Amino acid sequence: MAKSIAIRLVRVATLLIGLSILTFSLIHLSPMDPVNAYIGGDTSASPEQIEKFKQYWGVDKSPVEQYLSWAGSLLQGNFGTSLLYRSPVLDIIQSRFLTSLALMGAAWLLSGGIGYSLGVIAAVHRGKLIDRIIKWYSYTLVSTPIFWMGLILLIVFAVWLKWFPVGLAVPAGVLESEVRFIDRVHHFALPALTLSILGVANVAMHTREKMIDILNSEYIVFAKARGESKWQIFKNHGFRNSILPAISLQFAYFGELFGGSMLAEQVFAYPGLGSTLTTAGLKGDLPLMVGIILVSSLFVFAGNLIADILNKVVDPRMKGAV
Amino acid sequence: MSDALLQVEHLSIGFSQYFKGTKKRVIHPISDLNVEIREGEIVAVVGSSGSGKSLLAHAVLGILPGNAVCGGNIAYRGEPLTEERKARLRGREISFIPQSVNYLDPLMRVGKQVRIGLGADAPSVQQALFQRYGLKASDGRLFPYELSGGMLRRVLFATSVREGVRLVIADEPTPGIHPEALAEILKQLKQLASEGAGVMLITHDLMSALEIADRVAVIEEGRTVEISEAAAFEGAGRQLRTEFTRRLWRALPDNDFDLELQGKEEVRIAADRRKSGLLLSKGALDF
Ligand SMILES: Nc1ncnc2c1ncn2[C@@H]1O[C@H](COP(=O)(O)OP(=O)(O)OP(=O)(O)O)[C@@H](O)[C@H]1O
Ligand SMILES: [Mg+2]
Repeated sequence: MAKSIAIRLVRVATLLIGLSILTFSLIHLSPMDPVNAYIGGDTSASPEQIEKFKQYWGVDKSPVEQYLSWAGSLLQGNFGTSLLYRSPVLDIIQSRFLTSLALMGAAWLLSGGIGYSLGVIAAVHRGKLIDRIIKWYSYTLVSTPIFWMGLILLIVFAVWLKWFPVGLAVPAGVLESEVRFIDRVHHFALPALTLSILGVANVAMHTREKMIDILNSEYIVFAKARGESKWQIFKNHGFRNSILPAISLQFAYFGELFGGSMLAEQVFAYPGLGSTLTTAGLKGDLPLMVGIILVSSLFVFAGNLIADILNKVVDPRMKGAV
Repeated sequence: MSDALLQVEHLSIGFSQYFKGTKKRVIHPISDLNVEIREGEIVAVVGSSGSGKSLLAHAVLGILPGNAVCGGNIAYRGEPLTEERKARLRGREISFIPQSVNYLDPLMRVGKQVRIGLGADAPSVQQALFQRYGLKASDGRLFPYELSGGMLRRVLFATSVREGVRLVIADEPTPGIHPEALAEILKQLKQLASEGAGVMLITHDLMSALEIADRVAVIEEGRTVEISEAAAFEGAGRQLRTEFTRRLWRALPDNDFDLELQGKEEVRIAADRRKSGLLLSKGALDF
């Protein structure tokens, strides 16, 4: 177990190194010169600041040296300063990440719970009307672009019905300290809903397949032969055999969740990590962009690691197999 | 007969299947099965692989797959065994020992599987059952994959023993079990019967079935060929009713003798076969 985790940590380390080289090369190759992007149009930058910035990127050195010095400062936790926000990248990531986390966490739990339940219901009523509805719903959803879904919800619930605000994470023009919890919920409800509605399909279809297999298995026949009721069969065997794959699937879904949140945040002008990344990319805020890319890949990796651990280590049959 | 615990008459089972994608057809693996079990009686159901033994058991328990269509009559204690009645009785009055250890939940500790349906004093009853079947108390904490095949068979046995069980249906409880354990399992079945339960012992192994069975039902290709007293399986099998069963009986390795053999010789062979408990192989049944 410890060994397998060590192997995965080595893997993520190499992944991050590769990613940083890739990002660096892209930056290096792109016409978007960090120094120019930094100074560009901004007359308030003092010569000292520019000098410091040049040093950070090591513009005068060879590309390899540049990369090494840049990677070195990354390792020391120095992600640089955001050009747009004029504050350390890590601070920005931290606050945006928390905002995103609330959104993604809620969507993750909602889509997991609803998706699992729908999958079970569909499997139990296989071939019946309810199963067909759930299947149709899921197949329709997986082919729905998230921004389109977001726009529809926005138009219906925010513009027409006016139940929810059109955008942002907190009411505009209100001091941070005066924002109530209910305001935050009110603001993130629509983006979270958008994200969860789409996330449901994946778990639902997967759980349906898994549950149909389980219901056709011999141990379910035997449970029936032993006089267990439908509910007991689900409680004793169905849940036990299907929940682990569903949860690990949901963890492996972190990547899509993050991608989805980027689009959803964009549609709802929700200032999370995703929309910040888009802004950073569009405005050429390289340090912020790199920081977010690295942190989010760590996040996706963590999801995959947890999924692996759940699959291989928690399942008793896999004991010692890793 | 009125004192029958279980009476199966003209049971037929069909499965509707789709083939070539859309066309529907019905296959009929079981066409005419008849079996009767009285209280305290052990009836062996013998037949080759695919003859329909498991389907018979599953039909009585009401656990056939959804696409199965049943015909004929099944009565339990004098009344028709409807699906609702099956649902009420299974696991309570009618218990089932399945054919394969795959019938255990792979993710549930075996102790817990035995405790299902035991009620308030489940832990103590489970301990007692484990003791009765030679399983250690600590085995209860293991998952099925951590136990040997023979141990899992005994776990399956333990799941079937319940207060108030009147009919035990054991679907091939003995394959792959070493002779000592085999004797033990036969003894356990005998004990269940002596406690008043009717036992349906489904098996390939005619020899060991004869050690404990009162009667034997021979089935082939979904039909009951013959039902005879176990005592009829002796010597050259002259008391057996059908040629099929006689040949089945004589095909057993130990009975490979000249028909003219009489008297003392026969007694010796009968004694031999009791000791040997050889398995009736598929080959022996497929004439
Ligand atoms: N679900 C099913 N659909 C279609 N045919 C089936 C189904 N289950 C069983 N059969 C067929 O019914 C026949 C009898 O099967 P059954 O399992 O009762 O055999 P068996 O006598 O128990 O054999 P074995 O000794 O190998 O366990 C077989 O030919 C099998 O192919
Ligand atoms: Mg069988």
